[in-house]
Amino acid sequence: MSVTPDFVSLRGVTKRFGELEVLRNVDLDVAEHNVVCLIGASGSGKSTLLRCINLLEKVDEGTIVVDGQEVTNGTVDVNALRRKIGIVFQAYNLFPHMTVIQNVMLAPRKVRALSREAARSTAMELLQRIGLADKAQEFPDRLSGGQQQRVAIARALAMNPKLLLLDEITSALDPQLVAEVLNLVRSLTDVGMTMIIATHEMSFAREVADRICFLDAGVIWEQGPPAEILTAPREARTREFLARVLEGGRM
Amino acid sequence: MHQILHLFADPFAFRQVLPDVWSGFLINVHMMLIAEALVLALALLIAVVRGLPGPAAKPLRALAITYTDFFRGTPLIIVAYAFIIGIPGLRYAGISGYSNEVYGIAALTVVYTAYVTEVYRAGIESVHGSQRMAARSLGLNYGQALRYVVLPQAIRRVIPPLLNDFIGLQKDTAIIGAIGVIEAGAQANNFASEYFNFTGFLVAAVLFIYLTIPLARFTDHLIRERELRERAAMV
Repeated sequence: MSVTPDFVSLRGVTKRFGELEVLRNVDLDVAEHNVVCLIGASGSGKSTLLRCINLLEKVDEGTIVVDGQEVTNGTVDVNALRRKIGIVFQAYNLFPHMTVIQNVMLAPRKVRALSREAARSTAMELLQRIGLADKAQEFPDRLSGGQQQRVAIARALAMNPKLLLLDEITSALDPQLVAEVLNLVRSLTDVGMTMIIATHEMSFAREVADRICFLDAGVIWEQGPPAEILTAPREARTREFLARVLEGGRM
Repeated sequence: MHQILHLFADPFAFRQVLPDVWSGFLINVHMMLIAEALVLALALLIAVVRGLPGPAAKPLRALAITYTDFFRGTPLIIVAYAFIIGIPGLRYAGISGYSNEVYGIAALTVVYTAYVTEVYRAGIESVHGSQRMAARSLGLNYGQALRYVVLPQAIRRVIPPLLNDFIGLQKDTAIIGAIGVIEAGAQANNFASEYFNFTGFLVAAVLFIYLTIPLARFTDHLIRERELRERAAMV
């Protein structure tokens, strides 16, 4: 098995919203520099799973260990944990009252306590890397959805996270804007970023993932290398899901 | 008709009463400016306290709710009487020795703080939870998320209703005059009792209107600007 210790380990994680079990007894391990893609229909628990890892949601049962530290025992410093974990949301959630560069600079300035100059220069470097240096002084509502999502990724990267959680980040985008965002994510796999990606983009998942997990009704039914899960799934549920996706033309 | 004009809009009386009403009006402006500054700060504090999460903050939240319920429900004139007549009557060394104007400002402040707290609160609640979530997930703590992400957006959104409340506050400074501060309305009243001529009231009204109209137009302008921006954002 893998020699590197797992960066993220979930054991028996269960999460309920009232009566509804949105995650049921989930086990998941992600090694450093690995990319794991979560696939499954909307409402299958992918987003909730990501949110549990950075404690945006509190788990009801089970344990989550991140970077050797158990985060579910109630004693962890959530702000310190979130410094290590970047998350990007489907709806971008940029801060509309700040310019692009202010969005990227905020957390480095206030959380990492970088000087204005240091924060600005790292932010500019990131904006250059995502090809939006010329938009630094614009407000988010002047940008296309794809550009906004790239800024949101840059904002997360500005904290130098050790783990990046991507929550269906292309689902709100027009089809012609999806590629620019996925290209950026692809470039992150090249530099060895550890990522957990909830996605509906199957061909992208096949390309970047070290492992794919199929979720349905809060349960991980099977996981394995992309070739195995996407072409020869063992579970009937997975086959059904993939057939529906194929019909939808998303393969 | 002639009789009415003579009583309410007599040119001679106008010239005669203007200096006194004007000097009174400066007191209105003075009370208004100080009260508005205090209201802006205190109301923000109480609105934030009211939104504090967790069981530990429950007593604070309860205190904030009690305060707003109490002073939003009490007529200003009653609070003003209680402050201007009541507090000096207590003869407590620390708080009983101030001028009526100070008590008047205090009465305006506590009543309008209750209104404005609700305005701020509505603004804070109008900022979508995903904004706070995005801030927190970057590692900002509760206070930082509030300070840098939620409040700037909330305050921008409530500027028009805030200005509306301030128009109300400006006018209500005249209520303080009814109890014991010689502001514009009281000056007009003095003139009326002395000469049986009410032109002073017209003068005071005109001065108040001169003060509120620019503020009202400015409020309209902000609302229109926001509508345009939101329409642009939807395209």
